Amino acid sequence: MVDTCFLSRGLTTLAGLLLLPFGSLAASQIEDQAEQFFRSGHTNNWAVLVCTSRFWFNYRHVANTLSVYRSVKRLGIPDSHIVLMLADDMACNPRNPKPATVYSHKNMELNVYGDDVEVDYRSYEVTVENFLRVLTGRIPSSTPRSKRLLSDDRSNILIYMTGHGGNGFLKFQDSEEITNIELADAFEQMWQKRRYNELLFIIDTCQGASMYERFYSPNIMALASSQVGEDSLSHQPDPAVGVHLMDRYTFYVLEFLEEINPASQTNMNDLFQVCPRSLCVSTPGHRTDLFQRDPKNVLITDFFGSVRKVEITTETISLQPDSGVVESSYKKDQMVEELMEPLKYAEQLPVAQIIHQKPKLKDWHPPGGFILGLWALIIMVFFKTYGIKHMKFIF
Amino acid sequence: MSENAMGSTMVEEQFAGGDRARSLARDFAAHRRKSGALPVAWLERTMRSVGLEVYTQSFSRKLPFPDETHERYMVSGINVYGILRAPRAASTESLVLTVPCGPDSTNSQAVGLMLALAAHFRGQIYWAKDIIFLVTEHDLLGTEAWLEAYHDVNITGMQSSPLQGRAGAIQAAVALELSSDVVTSLDVAVEGLNGQLPNLDLLNLFQTFCQKGGLLCTLQGKLQPQDWTSIDGPLQSVQTLLLMVLQQASGRPHGAHGLFLRYRVEALTLRGINSFRQYKYDLVAVGKALEGMFRKLNHLLERLHQSFFFYLLPALSRFVSIGLYMPAAGFLLLVLGLKALELWMQLHEAGVGPEEAGENPPHPLTQGVGLASLVAPLLVSQAMGLALYILPVLGQHVATQHFPVAEAEAVVLTLLAIYAAGLALPHNTHRVVSTQAPDRGWMALKLVALIYLALQLACITLTNFSLGFLLAASMVPAAAITKPSEPRALYAALLVLTSPAATLLGSLFLWRELQEAPLSLTEGWQLFLATLAQGVLEHHTYGALLFPLLALGLYPCWLLFWNVLFWK
Repeated sequence: MVDTCFLSRGLTTLAGLLLLPFGSLAASQIEDQAEQFFRSGHTNNWAVLVCTSRFWFNYRHVANTLSVYRSVKRLGIPDSHIVLMLADDMACNPRNPKPATVYSHKNMELNVYGDDVEVDYRSYEVTVENFLRVLTGRIPSSTPRSKRLLSDDRSNILIYMTGHGGNGFLKFQDSEEITNIELADAFEQMWQKRRYNELLFIIDTCQGASMYERFYSPNIMALASSQVGEDSLSHQPDPAVGVHLMDRYTFYVLEFLEEINPASQTNMNDLFQVCPRSLCVSTPGHRTDLFQRDPKNVLITDFFGSVRKVEITTETISLQPDSGVVESSYKKDQMVEELMEPLKYAEQLPVAQIIHQKPKLKDWHPPGGFILGLWALIIMVFFKTYGIKHMKFIF
Repeated sequence: MSENAMGSTMVEEQFAGGDRARSLARDFAAHRRKSGALPVAWLERTMRSVGLEVYTQSFSRKLPFPDETHERYMVSGINVYGILRAPRAASTESLVLTVPCGPDSTNSQAVGLMLALAAHFRGQIYWAKDIIFLVTEHDLLGTEAWLEAYHDVNITGMQSSPLQGRAGAIQAAVALELSSDVVTSLDVAVEGLNGQLPNLDLLNLFQTFCQKGGLLCTLQGKLQPQDWTSIDGPLQSVQTLLLMVLQQASGRPHGAHGLFLRYRVEALTLRGINSFRQYKYDLVAVGKALEGMFRKLNHLLERLHQSFFFYLLPALSRFVSIGLYMPAAGFLLLVLGLKALELWMQLHEAGVGPEEAGENPPHPLTQGVGLASLVAPLLVSQAMGLALYILPVLGQHVATQHFPVAEAEAVVLTLLAIYAAGLALPHNTHRVVSTQAPDRGWMALKLVALIYLALQLACITLTNFSLGFLLAASMVPAAAITKPSEPRALYAALLVLTSPAATLLGSLFLWRELQEAPLSLTEGWQLFLATLAQGVLEHHTYGALLFPLLALGLYPCWLLFWNVLFWK
């Protein structure tokens, strides 16, 4: 009797011992998959879409922003998580031959204004001050919820800006400008207030790359439609409406986004290849040195969509706080701080470099026109008054 | 195109009402022949059926003397205009399409096209500005009456009834003159009253639609020069430039647009020309060009101000800006200034000389005598100028009673008589004034005359560069070298040849020569007399400033030089 008990116990333990590695293998697979869940580190998505110009001839900037808005909504970010800033004067402009529509494709294929657009900052509310307040969260308490960026330290934020820009600035509605330094400081404020986990900044203006030159906060990836000194060009004019409908860069980004669905695994490197010079005429640029992860591991839907990670499993998984991961993340924070330390606030503007710049050599032109006439008059009067004989005192 | 709002995008024109335009034109011509004047009732009915708000305005004017060229004296007429209200915008701004109809130019095809365009525009919903379709009677007189009533001013003494319907500030206007069903080319006129020009952007707009529609567009009646490599291209553009200078200097409104410019409304006149070319465009092509222009003007947010207001056009696609041509006039006037400086110094040497010799009284005495001997010629010349300005029109009735001439001829002959009488002045003024320092008196007079001429020419050049430059180019050399020395006959001939009247005569001959229709001497003289009459008339009816400038400003100045020449 005792022998069978021993034998059965031994058999079960032997079976258990034999099955243990298989079990642990299966358990570790589930744990790997569970680890994959938290690979990106964000739990919610926000989008701030800004169109900085108004007037009928800037139709294409509004169409740009609305197209990105549509894509972002389609991929899952709800209106409550989108802050849309538009000078909303296109759809109901008296010059619009199709009232209440904004088209992004010729022949009126796609009406991006639609029935369900929710503009949060409209018309004259799109100002630099409002934009910076939205980003940094310094908003008066009377502001409604739809106008706030209520992000936390686990939010991935997409910021898309379009309009007229120049080397180092972006023009807001023909009356004010935001500089790249102000933008960089706003992002630093966001980082210090822990208002984002990762930030994707896309800008479609002339000389757009100048706007991301000065960023110094971690976890920011930036894309621009053209380099410093280049103009971003518009895509197609529509003779029926009488204006250009879209800009090239956003047009091709949108074609690319149309193929993304919430489950796709396309990564950021593909986004960097969108719109090569042959299609865009300008050279798009990107900046990833502040970003922690490798762009090839970053999914498009990490920023453009709001993907709820749901996996159904019948296994039981015990989640251990991976002290190794926690320690490494602390170390990374410290390393990041050490790397960031040399860049102080005042050093963003390289005053020393600017002051000691060598003066540009301008081509010498002989004096012409008015200056020449003036000098001729003075010389003639001088010699008439004092006579030629006085010249010998000069020479 | 400097204006961002009018941008680089093209609009698709959809005008297809050529048949409708032609039938309306025929109706209009028939009604007009029947009634002899503008068929107001028919116009009102048609405009209302097209869907516009129709209003009329009556005006009347008694010209200072009968107009021989247009054969009118007591003018009264009715303007008809229809307003197309912008469907979704407030009526704060408007555009104008005007067709001036006169007794000699019926312009019926233009009326037909205008009505067909109005019908087409009425069916579109993208208008942000009101559009006013204006038909005026007695062409420019009617336009002036309408404009004065619209802007609520009374500059020229026109009696017009106030306007019942208004549409907001006018941003741009296009005047249309067509005389045939098909055109071979479209001629554009930009020079306006007193040499004002519309903003260059409006001309660029017209030129882009010419290119887009493949229309043949001309400037001053001349085609675009094709080859710039040989001498032909630059030569043709110089001719076009000279024509524009002459037209701008004359200060006449060369079309209804010239009167709009005074109110800072950018305007152009388009004339359809039917010549012997083979390729002809029908009304649809012209209508499409107009539709495109109006649609682009609809995009404007502010008045046209980005491009140049002062320019010269050697060709339709080239211009010379004011910064390039103004120094030329500046240098010419500099000659006068330097000459005046030289005379000043010579006068001072003369004044200082006697003092050094130890005679104290002559210094203030010469100065005093100098001033007294200056005032008389100045007053007399200015009085002659005033007589030249007032007497012809005032004394026409007296002249017609005593001489067998018509009023217009009386005016012109009085003008010429007073002008020639001024030549005899120097012999008379010296009886009034006795000079004690004959050698220096003429220097002081010439100094004052030079400064007077320089000031006048500078002021004229600033506003009407062509007129100022033309007068400076003719008068400055003679004025600078005039002095009472032998050979007087030669100097006198030079001075007469460069007097304002002779410049006018010469420029008439040059103008016709450039238009390839040269004049014989008798024809030229007839044209000269007719031009004098027209100049006086236009001053009284539109406020053109050429006649008062020449009579009250430059002629007295020229007389001063004449006095200097014959100084005893």
